[in-house]
Amino acid sequence: MRRRSLLSVSGLDRADIARILRTAGRFAEVATRDVKKVPTLRGRTVVNLFLEASTRTATSFELAAKRLSADVVTVKGGGSSMEKGETLKDTILTLNAYEPDVFIIRHPHAGACELAARHTEAAVLNAGDGKREHPSQALLDLYTVEREVGPIDGLHVAYVGDVAHSRVARSGIAAFRTMGAAVTLVGPPSLIPRDAKEAFGVETSTDIRDVASADVVYVLRMQRERMGAGGFVPSLREYASRYMVSHERLRPGQRVMHAGPINRGIEISDAVADDPAALIQQQAANGLVVRMAILYDLLVEPESGGDPTAAREALATVAAS
Amino acid sequence: MTARLAQRPGDPASLVLEGVRVLDPVAGIDRVGDLVVRDGVIGGAPDGLERVDARGLTAVPGFVDPHVHLRTPGQEEAEDIASGSRAGAAGGYVAIVAMPNTRPVVDSASTLGSLIERASREAVIPTGFYAAITVGQEGRGLTEQGELADLGAAGFTDDGRPVADALVFRRALEYQRVTGLPLVLHEEDPALSGSGVMHEGVVSSRLGLAGIPAVSESVAVARDAALAAYEGGRIHVCHVSARATVDVLRAARQAGVRITAEVTPHHLVLTDEAVASLDPARHKMNPPLRAEDDRQALIDALVDGTIDCVATDHAPHAAHLKEAPFEQAPFGVTGLETAFAVLYTRLVQTGVLPLELLVRRMSADAARVVDLPQPTLADGAPANLAVLDLSARWTVGDGGFQSRSTNSSFLGEELTGQVTMTIAGGQVAWRR
Repeated sequence: MRRRSLLSVSGLDRADIARILRTAGRFAEVATRDVKKVPTLRGRTVVNLFLEASTRTATSFELAAKRLSADVVTVKGGGSSMEKGETLKDTILTLNAYEPDVFIIRHPHAGACELAARHTEAAVLNAGDGKREHPSQALLDLYTVEREVGPIDGLHVAYVGDVAHSRVARSGIAAFRTMGAAVTLVGPPSLIPRDAKEAFGVETSTDIRDVASADVVYVLRMQRERMGAGGFVPSLREYASRYMVSHERLRPGQRVMHAGPINRGIEISDAVADDPAALIQQQAANGLVVRMAILYDLLVEPESGGDPTAAREALATVAAS
Repeated sequence: MTARLAQRPGDPASLVLEGVRVLDPVAGIDRVGDLVVRDGVIGGAPDGLERVDARGLTAVPGFVDPHVHLRTPGQEEAEDIASGSRAGAAGGYVAIVAMPNTRPVVDSASTLGSLIERASREAVIPTGFYAAITVGQEGRGLTEQGELADLGAAGFTDDGRPVADALVFRRALEYQRVTGLPLVLHEEDPALSGSGVMHEGVVSSRLGLAGIPAVSESVAVARDAALAAYEGGRIHVCHVSARATVDVLRAARQAGVRITAEVTPHHLVLTDEAVASLDPARHKMNPPLRAEDDRQALIDALVDGTIDCVATDHAPHAAHLKEAPFEQAPFGVTGLETAFAVLYTRLVQTGVLPLELLVRRMSADAARVVDLPQPTLADGAPANLAVLDLSARWTVGDGGFQSRSTNSSFLGEELTGQVTMTIAGGQVAWRR
């Protein structure tokens, strides 16, 4: 049986996202126990295929699969046969021999997960493909906001900075919009995607003062290669002077998010990064339970016949065991 | 000087197409009856010839493609002269001209000569070759165009790459007065296109893929139209994809610039929305599939003649190169075997384009832009014709391709209109 995949947030509707966030909440209860492991995915095989540098996503997916008792293998770009010129297709075909239930794929190029899905019966979970999408990050961001700020419906989220090159933003915008939040993109015009209003159903601004109306200010990583000759902004100094999120540019009560790794003094001030009101630490902490929930949703939920009650009971049984 | 079209030797066609609709919009022929081909020439006495029941079928002047890639020399696993010309024959083509962006580039008399020689043994339909404008297509020194023209080059082009340096292109226009051959231009501004892999717009923003903006094409055409006007030269613009380019073409023509242009079937019927499936074998090409507004402008321009003709930009690629993540796969899709059926199904059957106009744009007009002989069904003309079954429905890829490659935008699609016979250069080149 071909399994469901998670290639893009656009493949999720409101009910899907709500269900995954609910499941994550249940796993959070498990995480408070003395024994943090549950047998839910015992006998299942999870292949972590990380063909681009990643620390937090790779480790949190690996740990999530282990907490669910799955057998996990992690293949990284360095040291794999792909370094010898093996194509992604052949890597997938080779790993298919182990009959994995899910491939979790991080790749520097958009479309890698679609390619993989064309060559495997296993579920494919996009763990970041190029500048396109990073669905698990979006789901953990929503989970964090729901727990720390409140219901997402009606909330206003402002993404600040390099939206054009951000898979975190692309998935996040889609997920927040699906759940009823309003989204504004704030940044230099060269880093706001073309036709963004039409593409994402958002407002755009080039003026950092427009973050004032947001409940949540989501700061995006500014990469060094975006500046200078032929670049998108004249210098990081100029970027910071216009767009760095600092307390002077926030109003009390606004919550600040960042997917990390952060560049202090460029897109976010030291003081904001260290402010207890920021949600950055919670985002990092919530990655684990949300990724457990995503794996559960892809591998267990469909077999419960699509009955969410049965699924909840199954999970409750697991959680109680 | 004129292009040399090479074809393998073969028996001249001699047959009678009985009860066929004979349709040649340029010659003003539209009748139902017998069409005689005797010793490779239209007309003559029917006695003693093979009689073919062609009732319900339509004979038209064969198609001409001024823009194909035969991948020879260097990438024969994707295509060679035999397979590429067979693909042309299967698509109703009676002449094709191959691009010089091979490995090595066709930039010397020896490479061009060996290709013409090879085509004269392998090509099932008349096949011509362009030579590069600049050595190695590197955009610096001009190739020895006088010698290449003497040898039979069909024209000059750095297809796949623009001539980025305006002075180099000016020199090519000046030198055109020596050869008289067309300059065939892949138009884009490399800096504006950057690392783009699809049309820049709503869909590229959603997908996070680097975009190739429409202005990358239109600014390049505007520059070259201005230079052509200044030098009194003549240019042919490849694969127009954007409304902005159509506007530039229209203005240039009104100003009297000698400029012609082509458009591909895929740009006429598909848009960037198709790219969302992220399958590079189907939807990654350069120029990219653009927005619906661009597509409408291309159709209007083909109808009013601002765009002269249809060309496929048939660009075969080995399957393993296309089985890669979208950003990493090479640009290009095949087109020879599907061009007519795609346009017939999507534009003629839907009432957008009359059949007569489509035939003209794929045949006489396509020949005219690069100075090739225009196929005609008039008596006494060399037989260059396609016989079409306009009611046949078929699925693209069923039964395989004549091309060595399968990277078609239309793989698996059901189309109407099938080529049942092609007579090219007086020889039966295809018979279903």
